[in-house]
Amino acid sequence: MSRNILVFAEQRNGVLQKVAAELIGKASELAQKLDEQVIALILGHGVERLAQEAIEYGADSAIVVDAPELGEYLTAPYTRAAVEAIRRAEPGIVLYGATSLGRDLAPRVSATVKTGLTADCTKLEIDEESRLLLMTRPAFGGNIMATIVCAEHRPQMATVRPGVMQALPRDAGRRGEVTRLDVAFCEEDNRVRILEVVKGDRKDVDITEAKVLVSGGRGIGGAEKFALLKQLAEQFPGGEISSSRANVDAGFIGRERQVGQTGKTVRPKLYIACGISGAIQHIAGMEDADFIIAINKDPGAPIFDVADLGIVGDLNVVLPKLIAALERRA
Amino acid sequence: MNIIVCIKQVPDTTEVKLDPVTGTLIREGVPSIINPDDKAGLEAALRIKEQNGARVTVVSMGPMQADVALREALAMGADEAYLISDRAFGGADTWATSYTIAAAIRTLDYDLIIAGRQAIDGDTAQVGPQIAQHLGLPQVSYVEAVERVEAGSLVLRRQFEDRYHIVEVATPCVITVLSELNKPRYMSVSGVMDAYREKTVNVLTLAQLESVIDKGNIGLGGSPTRVKQSFTKQPKAKGEKYEVDADEAVRLIVEWLEARHII
Repeated sequence: MSRNILVFAEQRNGVLQKVAAELIGKASELAQKLDEQVIALILGHGVERLAQEAIEYGADSAIVVDAPELGEYLTAPYTRAAVEAIRRAEPGIVLYGATSLGRDLAPRVSATVKTGLTADCTKLEIDEESRLLLMTRPAFGGNIMATIVCAEHRPQMATVRPGVMQALPRDAGRRGEVTRLDVAFCEEDNRVRILEVVKGDRKDVDITEAKVLVSGGRGIGGAEKFALLKQLAEQFPGGEISSSRANVDAGFIGRERQVGQTGKTVRPKLYIACGISGAIQHIAGMEDADFIIAINKDPGAPIFDVADLGIVGDLNVVLPKLIAALERRA
Repeated sequence: MNIIVCIKQVPDTTEVKLDPVTGTLIREGVPSIINPDDKAGLEAALRIKEQNGARVTVVSMGPMQADVALREALAMGADEAYLISDRAFGGADTWATSYTIAAAIRTLDYDLIIAGRQAIDGDTAQVGPQIAQHLGLPQVSYVEAVERVEAGSLVLRRQFEDRYHIVEVATPCVITVLSELNKPRYMSVSGVMDAYREKTVNVLTLAQLESVIDKGNIGLGGSPTRVKQSFTKQPKAKGEKYEVDADEAVRLIVEWLEARHII
């Protein structure tokens, strides 16, 4: 019988990704309801030590496939290893991060093992009665939420948006069994060959880590205005700037700072939305901030519907005065 | 080279509004478009056709209205179009959809299959990779640039969050592309004339695909997943909104931040 929750614990360059800890955290909660266990799946090369890290984040045990074929990510060998682990462990549920790797791997696995896959979930629950996994996700650019079930096929599989679930505090004393799985790769897995790996030349900021985000929308009126937003962000420890999609598409700021349905989901302590109208796609990425301040010229802007404090006004006038006021306090 | 481009007709979600009373989607009057990532895939195929020579076939699965999307693709320069359409295919999730499209593709000639990374109505990004698996083909998803097209292989730039890979993939293969890949061309007037007068959209029903399809794998019945419930999100309770001069606004913000111990 299928039981237990397998979490694909994504690593890059031997570093366990934040989303892996988030998924293990969520899986622990689900596993408790089912009276089952959480198994972390680590794929890579020279990554065996990450099994212990996954256990410290809440996994009960770990399966490691460590092979040179799994160094840089390639669809075919990763799929083979993941499918092999699923066949061995026979989990009832498998979770993946909805990263560009997870969203490549998970559908391939689902087509291989013939089971359903729900993409980009923002909520996972166990149905008390049927004990099925209830997978809730946004559709139509965040306009509609749908709860999906996979009743008859196993495992039930979902990819989950990074930044949505919460990791448990790491417990260095936690121990669990680590199983090393050998997978036989074959010629067919070599049809895609990496010629070159180009890593981002600058260290990308991770806006999901920021305590305070000062975010600019179409209404800020140009790339140079981000300097003003940055000045405001610097008034707060852990402050960063971010953006709605419009400014990213216009090339005013890098895509790594985009908040929203097609960007990142953030939950900072404070989110200051400047000149952001509040399209549903944007709101989907920031509504879980603890506090939201919106500054916008248009009193009818939908951003005011989710803001805790709304200021109808010209940010070119308000922001310099606000920066000055905060500097005076410091 | 035979290129198949998978396209989906989608409502322009940037235009989708919610009915304030019923909370449901207002679809009336919302224009249907070719999904943006798919359109970039079509443009990529047309560029390969111009530079290297290729026959471009567009395939879509959906209701008969999707004919319009396929005609647009023909008008842009595609050579042939197939619409996979049958009530029996309705209600399919990504697994059953990819199974059905893969079955239809089996009846065609292909060296390269291009799909958009994801559709703007569902955002799943699953159908492309699943088609690849059903056909037993290698895949490269999140393609942001086609670097070279060679005999028997392609060189592509594959995007990740923190890096990109330059990869070489042997054909036949499936690639999924990002809308950032290119700026799709417009239909030409003569292209539109051709699309409606000279070219046809071939409809593939279950009857035509019966020999390549297991009926247990299609439509709602063949779908491992089901929508249990759909709902609109409740907006958060409204906070305070002030229309005051800048000095007063700053005073309010500072006071508000202090009250919440943020500063």
